[in-house]
Amino acid sequence: MTGAAFSPLSLQLKDGIGDGDRRGRAACRDASHFRREVTTALEFAIDVTVNGEPRRVVLDDPRVTLLDLLRERLHLTGAKKGCDRGQCGACTVIVNGRRINACLALALSQDGADILTIEGVASNDALSPVQAAFLAHDALQCGFCTPGQIMSAIGLLKEGQAGCDPERVREGMSGNLCRCGAYAGITEAVLSVSAPVAPPAEDARP
Amino acid sequence: MNRFNYVRPQSLAEALGAGSAPGAAFLAGGTNLLDLMKLGLAAPATLVDLARLPDLSAVETLASGAVRIGALVKNADLAHDKTFAAAFPAVAEALLSGASPQLRNAATVGGNILQRTRCPYFFDREAACNKRTPGSGCDAGGGETRTQAVLGWSTACTATHPSDFCVPLTALDAVVEIAGPDGLREMPLETLHRLPGDTPHVETALSEGEIILAVRLPGEAGQFAPRSRYLKVRDRTSYAFALVSAAAALVIKDGKITDVRLCLGGVAAKPWRAREAEAVLVGARPDAERFRAAAEAALSDARPVGGNGFKIELAKRVASRALLMAATGTPDRVPALPASPFSSRVHDGARV
Repeated sequence: MTGAAFSPLSLQLKDGIGDGDRRGRAACRDASHFRREVTTALEFAIDVTVNGEPRRVVLDDPRVTLLDLLRERLHLTGAKKGCDRGQCGACTVIVNGRRINACLALALSQDGADILTIEGVASNDALSPVQAAFLAHDALQCGFCTPGQIMSAIGLLKEGQAGCDPERVREGMSGNLCRCGAYAGITEAVLSVSAPVAPPAEDARP
Repeated sequence: MNRFNYVRPQSLAEALGAGSAPGAAFLAGGTNLLDLMKLGLAAPATLVDLARLPDLSAVETLASGAVRIGALVKNADLAHDKTFAAAFPAVAEALLSGASPQLRNAATVGGNILQRTRCPYFFDREAACNKRTPGSGCDAGGGETRTQAVLGWSTACTATHPSDFCVPLTALDAVVEIAGPDGLREMPLETLHRLPGDTPHVETALSEGEIILAVRLPGEAGQFAPRSRYLKVRDRTSYAFALVSAAAALVIKDGKITDVRLCLGGVAAKPWRAREAEAVLVGARPDAERFRAAAEAALSDARPVGGNGFKIELAKRVASRALLMAATGTPDRVPALPASPFSSRVHDGARV
């Protein structure tokens, strides 16, 4: 190996970088003990809340992504598998309040998570404001990317970074590709929802 | 994707133990590793999921004035941490110019630093790649070299490190805290990533089983807050890796530059700290002519790979422009978005 050489623990003690390092030192000493203790299971049970409903899922394969969990195991097919590589955004869902690409998240890592998909955004028969805005502004053509676009827009509005600035809306939606090219309508739809609720002074500043 | 064992350690000790098993890989946000696994470019026998480890998700100011960023802090959380962004605006700007909002919500600080190259020949399993298969050769040289390096490359490998985040961190002398089976250590971020030489598959100075715990920015780095920028030039306005980027930071007193940092991204296998350029600038007046001279110094050793010579001139322009932007001053709000063909404010200086 090149680069900085290992420092003996005794030398590290003098540095006193913070509490994390004291915990780290203890952890390093204990590592050989845990090496024997960590075991792997053949089946994994995870508990997730999906669109408000608690679900226990038993997985026999650790390779299942959150997207495959939703689509193939829970039969929630709104989130789409476009590229399956985090490049198109069609699989966007909201996990613990944050929009993420479901294709690049392991289902196992989601144990305990609160997941919102497109199937959970309408209340009874009433569309969510973002859904309604997408219809009103013709923000789709074929519709394949639309669930991801809508979930991403909900995430963007929640983050509160774009406000009424079209350029920041476009930047904030750049993780979602639309091959039909409905971008103008998508930007208008997001702006129509964000405008009434955005605090103008802070967020509208260029 | 290969089948793997999955473990979710609850403590650093457990993680280090699990990580010492042959073929183990550490998983954090997963945005890079899972992609590589799907493509068969990574095939760990065991995935050690670090996401639930305690104590690695905080941004804290230490007694020394240094700021310590836990390795599991999400890219988006760090960029939108108002105190952090005010102290290190170029770092926040770099974070927000990388990837997409969804990816930034999942990707972590440690994972960003350790992300693999996006060299298309590394990703193409039909192509020869010394990084992917040591000794197999490199098909990039005679091929498409738009994204390849112009500094520090070797005949064995011309791949670049794709991180935006690491560029201002290296400019500001960030230090990486590391835990491993044999103890704790730390090193400057500048020495973490290796140039390819004859062993491009050895990408970092980390040893098997080591975990990045945190990145630390020294307190002195805060002095650059009023004049710090990150400028990224890419093939589209958003959601693309840099062709060339630059982090520039200045301290100007009485009309003269008293301290300066310049680091380039997208041009080498590591963030390229341009100390020769910094030497040109200390004591000088901050003007366009001197910034261009500094940029010339930064790229004096640059050599093209195939047809990518345009990146040398582009890097000079990006470096001198980033310095000019830093001299103008950090804008009220970062990121000031890059120039956009759709922008109604393309002539607004804050937007480049």
